[in-house]
Order: sequence, then structure tokens, then C-alpha cells
Amino acid sequence: MYAIAVEKLTKIYGKGETAVTAIADATFQVKPGELVAILGPSGSGKTTLLTSIGLINEPTYGKVVIDGATVADGGWLPGLDLKRLRREKLGFIFQAHNLIAFLTALENVMVALEINHVSKAQAKRRATELLISLNLGHRLNSYPSALSGGEAQRVAIARALANEPRVILADEPTAALDTENGKNVMALLKKLAVENHSAILVVTHDQRMVEGFDRIFQVSDGRITGEKRG
Amino acid sequence: MNLAMRDIRYHRGRFILTSIGLGLLLGVVMSMGGIYRGLFADALAVLEYTKADIWVVQQDTSGPFAESSRIPEDIKYRIRAVPGVAEASPLSFQTIQIERQGKPFRFFLIGYDLNGFGGPPAIIAGRNIRQKHYEMVAAKAMNMELGEKIHLGLHDYTVVGITGKVVSSGGDPAAYLSLADAQDIQFKKDNDAIRNDRERIGANLAAVQSLSAGQAAYLGRNIAGITESTHTVNTVVARLSPGASLGEVQERISRWNHLRPLSVAEQTKILTKGMIEKARMQLGLFRIILLVISAVIISLIIYTSTLDKIKVIATLKLIGSQNRVIVGMILQQSLLMGVLAYAIGYGLILLTYEKFPRRIVLEAFDLQVLFVIVMVICTLSSFVGIRKALKVEPAEALGG
Repeated sequence: MYAIAVEKLTKIYGKGETAVTAIADATFQVKPGELVAILGPSGSGKTTLLTSIGLINEPTYGKVVIDGATVADGGWLPGLDLKRLRREKLGFIFQAHNLIAFLTALENVMVALEINHVSKAQAKRRATELLISLNLGHRLNSYPSALSGGEAQRVAIARALANEPRVILADEPTAALDTENGKNVMALLKKLAVENHSAILVVTHDQRMVEGFDRIFQVSDGRITGEKRG
Repeated sequence: MNLAMRDIRYHRGRFILTSIGLGLLLGVVMSMGGIYRGLFADALAVLEYTKADIWVVQQDTSGPFAESSRIPEDIKYRIRAVPGVAEASPLSFQTIQIERQGKPFRFFLIGYDLNGFGGPPAIIAGRNIRQKHYEMVAAKAMNMELGEKIHLGLHDYTVVGITGKVVSSGGDPAAYLSLADAQDIQFKKDNDAIRNDRERIGANLAAVQSLSAGQAAYLGRNIAGITESTHTVNTVVARLSPGASLGEVQERISRWNHLRPLSVAEQTKILTKGMIEKARMQLGLFRIILLVISAVIISLIIYTSTLDKIKVIATLKLIGSQNRVIVGMILQQSLLMGVLAYAIGYGLILLTYEKFPRRIVLEAFDLQVLFVIVMVICTLSSFVGIRKALKVEPAEALGG
């Protein structure tokens, strides 16, 4: 069973003469434990593709299947609780870590667990374990403003992993980092994909960062123009 | 996890400063309410301390507080004789403004019959007036010392006692003198005026051919005695016997010419509806304006605070947070700000209300109602921020 499967996924913004096709006929699958990159320049439609898979941006046409369950088929399926699906099935990593400034590193991870109805005690235990496993044991009570870029992004990764999602979606996770930290983050994602058996889909424009990825999809002008195996 | 508390903890300086600002505003609202109640208390203070059932004043007047009333002191004997009246006592009132220690010194002077009632309600230092002349009991707010002398009219008066918070309807502290002294101060003419009157009366009588010199001198003394008399009072207050009918006693006194018997209820209405109504309305309007200003400020603060958190809200939505988590965060912050601001305002008023030049009366009911209003304002104000937050798209979390 694929963790992610998209078939002829198309997203069109606007109508009539002003309609813009952001992504057209995207079809691919990602298996659990696979690290896949979508590589393309700015404006190529890679973020639209990510947000459509991430249950944020409703596809105009095509099918999206997450962890074996169809969520979109020419638009969201009726009766879907998108928020619940995002909480339970998906983890997000952002370009600028997007940590909540008024929460400590530990609380930033705990919040993802608590909104998924995990008890406070369990959330604290799980968040602490995750942060320690990402070498952030000494930063549990630090606020994001006190963390380095690499540390903040690792906290964001811990938050994405908190609910043990089947799919992790990362939007330019290294854009705000220097090359060394960027490569470290990508290496960490590769390790997590294997260890947690999660499908990780990374959107990036930086070719240097996709070394060691299982597969790389090249996107240009809203179309997948090529696939490369790592 | 309580996100509202976490945000407040992190931004505590900003939150506390904002709450202090709002607290000062609410403190002003509370003080307005206190002044509003204080106006009532001041207006009715003498009325309540006198503990009379009927105030007999000059006919066709609403005296002695709302307008001038002058009646002969002797009326007290007739009133005492009315069936149902247990006791009657004459009182005189006047507002005095003199200079003391180089500053204007204003107070309300009450003259009372030492053998009657209507005197100082309680002596908190010194003693009550014992001598018929030249002794005074002053309200604490006059800041006079025991033994201090004050010159009024033609004589010096010595402060022998201090009483509590008795004030006039205008808020001036009250001082008590014997009725005779108060009448002297209010009605006694100066020596030049007395000499002039006597000369005029003597000359007028001398011009009457039919009077002998002895008759003219006799008449002159009598007329001068009447014109120089100070036995006038502003009101005679009466207390009823147990079981006596207020209406019947009023009706009987009304039948006499030149007098108007006012019940306490009527006097209260004159004092509250007539004398302080406009001030009350003014204060009420100020309170409403200040509460509207508070509501606008809270709305702006919450809206701005929500704008600051757009990325946080988008991130929470993206990771699957329920709307109630976001709504709760904004609403709780708004309510906590209201609670803290209220506490600051209340603390401020508690610390300062005795230093206000006018009496501030803080009533628990008023404070509770204001608290509820503040909570309602905070809830309604937070809707502006909540509406904005609910419109935030999760996709706004993406990008740099």
C-alpha cells in the first residue's frame, strides 16, 4: 500500500480567461519509508502540489490517496474531516520552522500531541523522547528565539513526527539554513524515513540538498517533467 | 496546554502594561460610579443624620437645602403641640466661605438646639457642645484641631469636638454650632446697620405728631427689637410618636399659613431628583463613554494581537488544531486582560478613593455589575479577533 498516491492531480486557480493551471496531471506514488523530493524553480507549482496532498488546497481534478484512503477525487470527498486527517496522518515541516514563539521547544512539540487528544503527561513524555533523540535534550525549555536555525528546524521536525504520521510533507525545509545545516536536516529526514517507516515528500528548489533521496521528481510549469532515482 | 497563558507568560511585559492602561481607564469608570453614589450619599447625609420624620419649611419653598427657607423659631412650640409629634427642633443651615491659612475655607454650618436634636451624629474626638455660645464641633474633613479658634461673624468659636463625614448636599464638610450662635452669624446685623435702623425708626416715629415722646421711645424699642431679632430658622424638624400617621400630621401642619411640612421621602426626592440629577446624568454619560472607549481599546488590542499571531494560527490550523483551541486562546486572553485590568482599576481606587476631594462610595453591587460589563465587553471585543483568526487559511503557514 502506498503512503501517498496521486493520479492526474490538477489544480486550477480562477475561472475562464483568468484561469491559471498551477499543477496539471501529476501522477506518482510514494511508499512508506521512502524519501522523495519534488524539485523545481519558484513558481513551478511544487508547493501547490504539496498543499493539495497536504489537504490544504483542494484539487480541481484528479485523485489523492493518503495511507490507502482516498481523500480527493475531483475535489475533497464529502464528509471528510480534513483537520483530523492532517492531525493523524500528516506531519508538516516548513520553510521557516514556524515554531510558536511563545512556547518552549518542548511545548511546541507537545502542542501537536495535545490537539490530537494525547494526555498532557503522555505528550510531555513523548515530546521529551523525540527532542532527546534529535539531540535537543539540552534545549527542552528554550524558546525558539534562543535556538539556532538548525536547532529550530529539528524542533519543527520533532513536532512533525509527534503523532507518528504515515506521511511527512516538507516545504523548503532547508531554505532558511546554511548549507551545512541544510544537509544535516536532509540527512535526518532520510534517517527518519527509514527508522519510522514514514513517507517523506520534500519540496525544494535546491538541487544540492537532494543527495541521497530515493527519488526526485522534476517539476516545471506545473507538470512533472522527469523522475530520477537516487 | 493553555496557549493563552503561555502567550501571556511570554509577552508578560506587554500584557501587563496594556492591562495597566486599561486598568487606569476602568479605575476612572469606577471612580465615576463612586462619585455618582457619593453625590447621593452627600445629598442625603444631613437628612439621614438628623433622623427626622418631617421637615417644616417656609410655604411654597423646597427648603432648606434646595432653596432658601425662613420661618420663625417659635413655630417649634406649635409643632410640638400637634398630635402625633413626639419632638420638634429648629435648625439653621448656611454655607460659609472664609479664608484660613491663606486659602479659601468652605464649610456648611448647622445650628441646632442643644436641648433638641439634629446635632452632630457622633463625636470621634473631643466632646459635644455644652455651652450655649462660642463652641463648635467640626467634621473631620475640615482638618481642624481641637482647641482651634475660628472667627465667624462677630465672634471667635472654639473647636471642642470632631465629628465624622457629615457634608452638605454640595459636598462641603459640616460644622455644628448652637442654634443661637448660628442665628447670630446668619441674621445678626452689624453695629452700623443697627444704629442706622434705630435712627431711621426714631426719626420716623418722631415725625408722628400724635405720639408723645414716651410713646415714640417705647414703640421705637419694640420695633427695633423685632427688626434686630435673630430668632429665625431655616427649618423645624419633627419626629413622630410611635404609631402616629405621617399623612395626618402633615395635613394638620399644611392647614396653617406660611408653612410646608415635607416628609423625608419628599425631601429625598427634592435632593436627588432636583439638585443632583444633572450631575448624575453627566457622570452616567461619562461612564458610558468611557466603557465604549474601553471596548474600542480592547477590540483594537485583541485584533492587533491576533494579527501578530496570524502565522501561529495558520500553523496551528495546518497541524490540525480545532477551531475551539484558537477561539479559546483569543477569548481567554481578552477575558484575562479584562480581569487583570479590573483588578488594577479596583486596587487603584481602593488606594486613592479617600484622597478624592468629593466622597467616593464604592458599592459592591456597582462593582459586580461593572465586572460583568467588562467581561461582556471583553467577550464581544474578542469576536473581532476571533473572526479574523477563523478566516486565516492554513496555507498562510507556508512560505517564508
